[in-house]
Amino acid sequence: MSVLQRLFGFHGGVKPDYHKDASTSLPIAVAPTPTFLVIPLHQSIGGPPRPLVKAGERVLKGQRIGGADGNASSAVHASASGTVVAVEMRLMPHTSGLSAMCVVIETDGRDEWVANQPFDYRSATPTQIRDYLRDAGVVGLGGAVFPTYLKLNAGKQGKLDTLVLNGAECEPFITCDDVLMRERAAAILKGAAIMREMLAAGKVLIGIEDNKPEAIAAMEAAARAANAAAADAAIEVVAVPTRYPAGGAKKLIRVLTGIEVPHGERSTDYGVQCFNVGTAYAIHEAIELGRPLISRIVTVAGNVKQARNYEVLFGTPMQDLIALCDKLPDSDRVIMGGPMMGLLMPGEDVPVVKATNCVLVGSKKLFPPPPPEMPCIRCGECAKACPADLQPFEMYWFSRAKIFGKAQEYNLFDCIECGCCAYVCPSRIPLVDYYRFAKSEIWAREVEKEAADVARERYEFRLLREEREKQEKAAKLAAKTAAGREKAAAAVAEAAKPAATPEEEAKKALIAAALERARAEKSLVHPENTADLTPEQQAEVSAIEARRAEIREMAKPQLRQDD
Amino acid sequence: MTEQDNERIVNNSPYFLQPASVQSVMLRVLLALLPGIAVYVWFFGAAVLVQIVLASITALAAEAVMLKLRGKPLMMFLGDGSALVTAWLIALTFPPIAPWWLTVIGVLAAIVVAKHLYGGLGQNPFNPAMVAFALMIVAYPSLMSQWPAVGFTDFLPQWNAIFGDRQLDAITMATPLDALRTALHTADARATVAGVLGSDASFGNIGGKGWEWVAAGYFLGGIYLLQQRIITWHMPAAFLATLFVISGGFAMYDPTRFVGPSFHLFTGGAMLGAFFIVTDPVSGCTTPRGKLIFAAGIALLTWVIRTFGAYPDGIAFAVLLMNIAAPLIDMYTQPPVFGHKTRGGGAR
Repeated sequence: MSVLQRLFGFHGGVKPDYHKDASTSLPIAVAPTPTFLVIPLHQSIGGPPRPLVKAGERVLKGQRIGGADGNASSAVHASASGTVVAVEMRLMPHTSGLSAMCVVIETDGRDEWVANQPFDYRSATPTQIRDYLRDAGVVGLGGAVFPTYLKLNAGKQGKLDTLVLNGAECEPFITCDDVLMRERAAAILKGAAIMREMLAAGKVLIGIEDNKPEAIAAMEAAARAANAAAADAAIEVVAVPTRYPAGGAKKLIRVLTGIEVPHGERSTDYGVQCFNVGTAYAIHEAIELGRPLISRIVTVAGNVKQARNYEVLFGTPMQDLIALCDKLPDSDRVIMGGPMMGLLMPGEDVPVVKATNCVLVGSKKLFPPPPPEMPCIRCGECAKACPADLQPFEMYWFSRAKIFGKAQEYNLFDCIECGCCAYVCPSRIPLVDYYRFAKSEIWAREVEKEAADVARERYEFRLLREEREKQEKAAKLAAKTAAGREKAAAAVAEAAKPAATPEEEAKKALIAAALERARAEKSLVHPENTADLTPEQQAEVSAIEARRAEIREMAKPQLRQDD
Repeated sequence: MTEQDNERIVNNSPYFLQPASVQSVMLRVLLALLPGIAVYVWFFGAAVLVQIVLASITALAAEAVMLKLRGKPLMMFLGDGSALVTAWLIALTFPPIAPWWLTVIGVLAAIVVAKHLYGGLGQNPFNPAMVAFALMIVAYPSLMSQWPAVGFTDFLPQWNAIFGDRQLDAITMATPLDALRTALHTADARATVAGVLGSDASFGNIGGKGWEWVAAGYFLGGIYLLQQRIITWHMPAAFLATLFVISGGFAMYDPTRFVGPSFHLFTGGAMLGAFFIVTDPVSGCTTPRGKLIFAAGIALLTWVIRTFGAYPDGIAFAVLLMNIAAPLIDMYTQPPVFGHKTRGGGAR
C-alpha cells in the first residue's frame, strides 16, 4: 500500500552509520524493578508538577505523585509500589549536572497497582479526555516530551486532513520505536485510532524509514486488520527513505504530505498533527487499560556486549540498565539519546525518564575525539547538509563574532540542532555548540531586556500615579476651598434675603414635584446604573475611564512583545 | 586552537563525525590537477614541473614563517594543503619559463599578503593565486607573456630561462590569446579572426595548439571534483555557459572581429578557471544562486577583458572584481529557509 503514496523530498540530511542491528536481534525484555526509584517530578516541557506525596508515605504502582501544575504541565506517577523515602533534590539526566526535585521510592517488590480503570473516552468531552491524559502523564515519547494532551486539539478548523505517526527513528543506535512497532503494532494503532477520533483526522499516515523492514511489515499487517475492521481504510504505512533527520516531526510531515510547517507555527493550522508511535502506544495504555505512563522502551546500545531494548520503569538508574548489557571496560561516557542529538550524562546514576529513548554507552573507539578545529573555509558542506535550508557557516561566523542580531537574521532560531552540519564539516568545527551558545546568549539578553522593560514600565507608572495623585489632591483642595467660599457666600446672601412668601414656597414645591416626575420617567426609559449619577459620581467614572485608557496605552508595547 | 585542543573531548552532540578534513579536500584538488599538468608537460616541457616544485617550496616556507609569526600551530596548518593548492595554481598560470624570482615573488604575494595578512586560511577576501597573477602581470607584463613554443620541450634552455641566461627567441612564442589580440588590435585593419587563426602556428583545431588538450585535462580533473562533491556544478556550468553564449553571440554578430566560443573555452585559463579558480570557496559566493551569478560575472568580465582590454587573459582581474562583489551577491541570494517558502506545500 505504500506504493501509492507520493513522497516529497527534503533538502540536506546525512547518512551516518546506523548501528541498529546490534539491539534488534533480541525481543524487548522487562528491566527488573530496582530497590530505589528516583523519579524526577519535572519530566516534560511545561511547568514542574507539584509533589503530592511526602516522605514516609506508602505509594502504589501508578499512583500520582506529582500533580500537573499550570497550563502546560503533565503528571508523574509512582512506577512501582513502595514507600516514599524522600522528596529531595537529585542529579538530573542532563549535561548541565543540575539537580531537581525527585520523589525517591523504596520499592517493596509487591508491584501493587492502583485500581486500573479504563477511561470511557467515547462518552467524555474532549476537555475531559485531555484532562485525563494530562493526569495520566502522557507526553511525547519521541524525545521532546511535549505534553500530549496539548497536541490533541484540532486547531482552527476543528478537523485535520492527516494524522502522522512518526516511526522513522532516524538517529543511529536507537531502535526502541522499531521493536515497539514489531511487537506491539496493534496496540499502537488502537492508540492512533483514539487520536484520530479526537482530532477528526481524515487519514493516518505512519512514516517508517525503509531500513526497518520488519517494523514496516508488522505495522502493515496491523493496519490491514484495523482497516478491515473499520468503515474506512484510513491507515496507511509509508516507507520513507532512510536519511537523518527524516524523523524530525516537520521533516516527516514534509516527506509524507509535502507541507512545510514554518518555524513557530502549529502544524494543526496546516491540517496535520504528528505523534511518535510510542506516544500512540502510551495513549492506548492510558485510556483502554487505565495505566498511566510509568515505563517506556529504552534502547541500551553502544559500547556494550549485548545491546538490547528494555521496558524500563521511570526512575530506574541508568547504571542498572547498563549492567544488564555488560558494559565494555573501555567505556568512558553515557549519552542519553543518539550520537547526533543525545545529551552527555553527568554520571551513570541518573534515572531513566520519559525522554530517555536510548542509553548509549560511549568509548574513545566508538566516538573518537575529533582532530583539532580548523578555520572555516566556507566550503558549503554544512549548507548542503542542513535540513532546515540554513546557511550554517554564516550563522557560525556571526555566532563566533557575537554579532547575534546578524545570526538571527540568518534564521538561527530555525536551527533544530540536528548536528548534520557539524557531522560533515571538514574543518571539524563544533558548529552546533556555537548555535547553542548564540541562542542562549540571545535568550539571556531577552530576559534581561524584558526585566528592564518591566522595571521601566513600573517606574513610569509610579511617576504617572504620583503625578495624578498630586493633581487629585490639588483639585480636592481647590474644590474644598471653593465650596467653603460658596457656602459662606450663600450664608451671607441668605441672611441678606427676605423670607420667602408662601406662594413662592408652593411654586417651588410644584417645580420640584415636576422635576421628580420627569426624573422618574427618565429612569424608566434608561435603566442603566450610570443614568442618573450625581456630578461627583460622574466625575469619578470619567476619571476611572481615563485611568483605564492610560493603563491600556501602557500595556500596548508589552502585548506586542508577547506575540 | 591551542595544543590542548588535540585532545578535545566532545561534550555536546554530535558525538561522531564523518571522516573528512580540509587536508583531504585540498589533496583531492591537487589530485584533480594532475591530468591537466601531465598534458601541459607533454606539450610545453618539464619546466612546468620545475615551476610547481619552486612554487610549492616557496609557499610552504612562507606559510611556515607566517604561521610562526602569527603564533599558530605549525604542523596542523602546514599540513592542510591549502598553500600547496595556491602554489600549484600560480605555477600553472604563470609562464613555465618565467624567471625563478617572478614565481617566488608571486607566491610570496599570495601567501604572505593575500592570505596571512588577511587572517590566514578561510579569511582571505581575494583569491590568493589570482592576486599573485594580477600583481605580476601589471608589474612585469612582458615576462608574464613569454610562453614556451608548443612542442619545444628541450629541458636545458627552459632550465636556463628560469634560473640563468635567458635566451628566449628560440624557445618562446606568443600565446594564442596574445597572438589573436595583437593581430586584431594593431595596425592591420583588414585582419580578421579567420585570417589570424589560419596564419599563426599557435592555433590548433578548436583552441590554441596544445592548449586545447591541456584544457581537456583540466576538464577531466573538474569532473573528478564534481564526482567527489568538492565543488558543485553551479560555478563551472555558469562560467562556461556564459563564456560560450557571449562569445558565440558576438562571433555570430561579426565573425571577422570576434572569435567564437570554442576558442574562448579551450585557450588560456578558461578551463582551469572554471573548475579550479572560480570555485575557490573562501573568496567566492556560497549560495546556489549566488554561485551562478558570481561565475557568470567572471565569465562576462573575462570575455570583455580578453576582447577589449590591454591584457591577453582577463580571468585574474575578473575573479578579483567578482570577489569584491561576492558578499553582496550572497546577501541578496539567500535561499529560502525550511517553512519560510511562500510557494509550494508550505503556503496554504
